[in-house]
Amino acid sequence: MNAPALEVNDLVVRYPGRDAAAVDGVSFSAAAGSVLALLGPNGAGKTSTVETLEGYKRPTSGSVRVLGLDPISQARELMPHIGVMLQRNGVYLSMGPAQVLQLFGAYYGAKAKRTDEVLELVGLNSVAKTPWRRLSGGEQQRLSLGMALIGQPKVLFLDEPTAGMDPAARQTLWTVIRQLRADGATMLLTTHYLDEAERLADQVVIVDKGRVVAAGTPDELRSGGTDDIRFSATPGLEVASLQLRVDGAVVTEPSPGEYHAAVAPTPQNISTITAWLADQNVTLGDLRGGRQRLEDVFARLTNEPSTADTERATKQTSQRTKRGAKT
Amino acid sequence: MSVFLAQLKAELRMTLTRGESLLLTLGIPLAVLVFFSLVKVIDTGTVEPVDFLAPSTIALAVISMAMTGVAIATAFEREYGVLKRLGTTPLGRPRLLGAKIASIICVQIIQVTVLTIVAVLLGWRPPASGWPMAIGALFLGTVAFAGLGLLMAGTLKATVTLAAANGLYISLLLISGIVVPLSRFPTAMRAVVRLLPSTALAELVRDAFGGDTAPGQAWVVLVVWGVVAVGAAVKWFRWE
Repeated sequence: MNAPALEVNDLVVRYPGRDAAAVDGVSFSAAAGSVLALLGPNGAGKTSTVETLEGYKRPTSGSVRVLGLDPISQARELMPHIGVMLQRNGVYLSMGPAQVLQLFGAYYGAKAKRTDEVLELVGLNSVAKTPWRRLSGGEQQRLSLGMALIGQPKVLFLDEPTAGMDPAARQTLWTVIRQLRADGATMLLTTHYLDEAERLADQVVIVDKGRVVAAGTPDELRSGGTDDIRFSATPGLEVASLQLRVDGAVVTEPSPGEYHAAVAPTPQNISTITAWLADQNVTLGDLRGGRQRLEDVFARLTNEPSTADTERATKQTSQRTKRGAKT
Repeated sequence: MSVFLAQLKAELRMTLTRGESLLLTLGIPLAVLVFFSLVKVIDTGTVEPVDFLAPSTIALAVISMAMTGVAIATAFEREYGVLKRLGTTPLGRPRLLGAKIASIICVQIIQVTVLTIVAVLLGWRPPASGWPMAIGALFLGTVAFAGLGLLMAGTLKATVTLAAANGLYISLLLISGIVVPLSRFPTAMRAVVRLLPSTALAELVRDAFGGDTAPGQAWVVLVVWGVVAVGAAVKWFRWE
């Protein structure tokens, strides 16, 4: 493989007046044509890292390179080759998608028909002339994606691209990402949605409190943990007694009524658990065994409860009113 | 089409299709010119009201575009992250700024043309020899007021800029000898308001067309305001 398309070397980003560094010694790189997902809880330093790569922030120490170029001192050479989707759209309020894409197309010297191609690609044909301020949150996100794509970039930065998107828009984005990857583009994606990273990324970097806590392919990250069994039943059961029966494997109750046993889902282990429940005359709610998912890895590494589903629901409703930028 | 022309076209289109911006940059100066030329409530001494009002409202129009129009548009672009988003395109800040300046000048040409035509219809006969000096003064005024507009837009919240830029515009309209001639002001007050860039600009444009005699310090006042305002904008402007 050639030189990496993205390089982050021992990056530190500090903000004046804050003791803790937002980014505290992060290093990673992405090969040309690959998709890298940057995962982490809020305030982990994802956006600060991405914005340094985009040239918005100067590293306090360390360095970043995009296509081998410094995003600040070599901005003029770099900008024609990158596409950016910010958390906040940044679009002229009175312009409709067609006009915005035409203007952005002009910045990149794109041909006029490129506007129509991109409108079609992101599914905004029916609202091509509706002013930005009257578009729905999902449509605004689609336009933001279109603005990132119009110049046929070699490197794309997508900062929480699906936050607030409806399922159809998410599907569009996933299709576009796979297509661009096939065409050889490099992408850096930050996301809260672990399933998204699992599906799209060649490489996942998990950050927490400004540091990399894990990195690797989704498969590598998943294989780090053990297989397990999860089940639900009456809250407050005496897990120590079950632990004795499964040869000392750790059994916990992460949330009331939800149990987790760090044992392989063999028929033997399952029958041990159901027998233990039967002894106490407790009904089994639901039972699931298998490999851990990226979500579990994430929760373990960042001490975040794995509440991706409830988070997803609240995020979608709050997205429309969300204005503040996160670090 | 070149990047610069595309951006200029977009800037012009936004300015000229925004109702409130048209009202401010053209509606108010025109209304002041027509109303006070026809309804003789202001005392302009020996000069005809229109001879006083035409150059005054040309100065006012230039102030409205350079300061208030620029401040409000730029403040909202900053607040909505447009300026930030443009930072990662090949447009670049120098070309963005260049397109903004060019669009200000285009709008001002429209303003001056419309006001001059209406004033001539009302009986104004400006000597052609007055234009070079008037244009020189208008240029210096534009620099000073655009500097002030960008200073507000780059440091204050958009809603605060909206209020401040409009408030300042109305205040300057009243106290800078644009509607009410300076001769009606008490002497001490006249000396103070002559330190304002709006007063200096209006006096110089009237002087250019022979309707008034501006003190020589007016040029100094305009240049000093320009240097200070642009310097402050360069120093304190924040893109996001």
